[in-house]
Amino acid sequence: MCNQIVGLIQAAIERVGISTVSISLLKEVTEVIEPPRALFVPYRLGYPLGQPNNPQLQKRIIKTALSLLDRNDLPIMTEFEG
Amino acid sequence: MATFDEMLLTHRLFMRGYPFSRYKIKPTPCSPLTKPLSQAKVALITTAGLYQEGQTKFDSSIKLGDPSFREISGDVLTQNLKEGHRSSAFDHRGVEDDKNLVLPLDRFREMVAAKEIGSLNHRHFSFMGSIIGPGDLINKTAPEVANLLKLDQVDIAFLTPV
Repeated sequence: MCNQIVGLIQAAIERVGISTVSISLLKEVTEVIEPPRALFVPYRLGYPLGQPNNPQLQKRIIKTALSLLDRNDLPIMTEFEG
Repeated sequence: MATFDEMLLTHRLFMRGYPFSRYKIKPTPCSPLTKPLSQAKVALITTAGLYQEGQTKFDSSIKLGDPSFREISGDVLTQNLKEGHRSSAFDHRGVEDDKNLVLPLDRFREMVAAKEIGSLNHRHFSFMGSIIGPGDLINKTAPEVANLLKLDQVDIAFLTPV
């Protein structure tokens, strides 16, 4: 459910004029909801930034997600390749 | 990537039967970023059910889900955050070990220090994502948070599920 709720909050924020990007752990849900910009990550539920105490991986995921802010051909949903 | 097939039977049946398409976002809102990341102010939003010491926990007894949110102050010690998400669909141990796994405040602080992003907002927001009936979230609490972020002149919202 979290992936759906993230998309709904994200849309509300984008609507007031703020650029948004989200992480998704459940492609099956996010592809139906279609938030403005989402990065699919290959991790299990509860692990959106990959691994606990792995700052390098967490930062790579964040930077990849932020790179989607260059795009405005929305909705854009893309995979994190690791 | 998690899939429905990996879930416990009860969660899987629920997810397969849930009318997600009812909540498709249409039309897609689009607010382009008008400045470089190195000048942008960022706020973090999570649905991990995090809250701060002294705040009321999320109400797990509301059948359709608790649509409320908690304000997380920008100077909080990340590991001092509490996690009160009601869902049994995910393994809670990761977030217990490292709150940055779901609300990467320390990573963004490092990026501000490295001048990779402009600044972090003085507050962030946490929801508990396990909301089956999202009417109040869509009509009330999500727009409320959006308006607070606008008031704060935030440029980017970065959102994470669990």
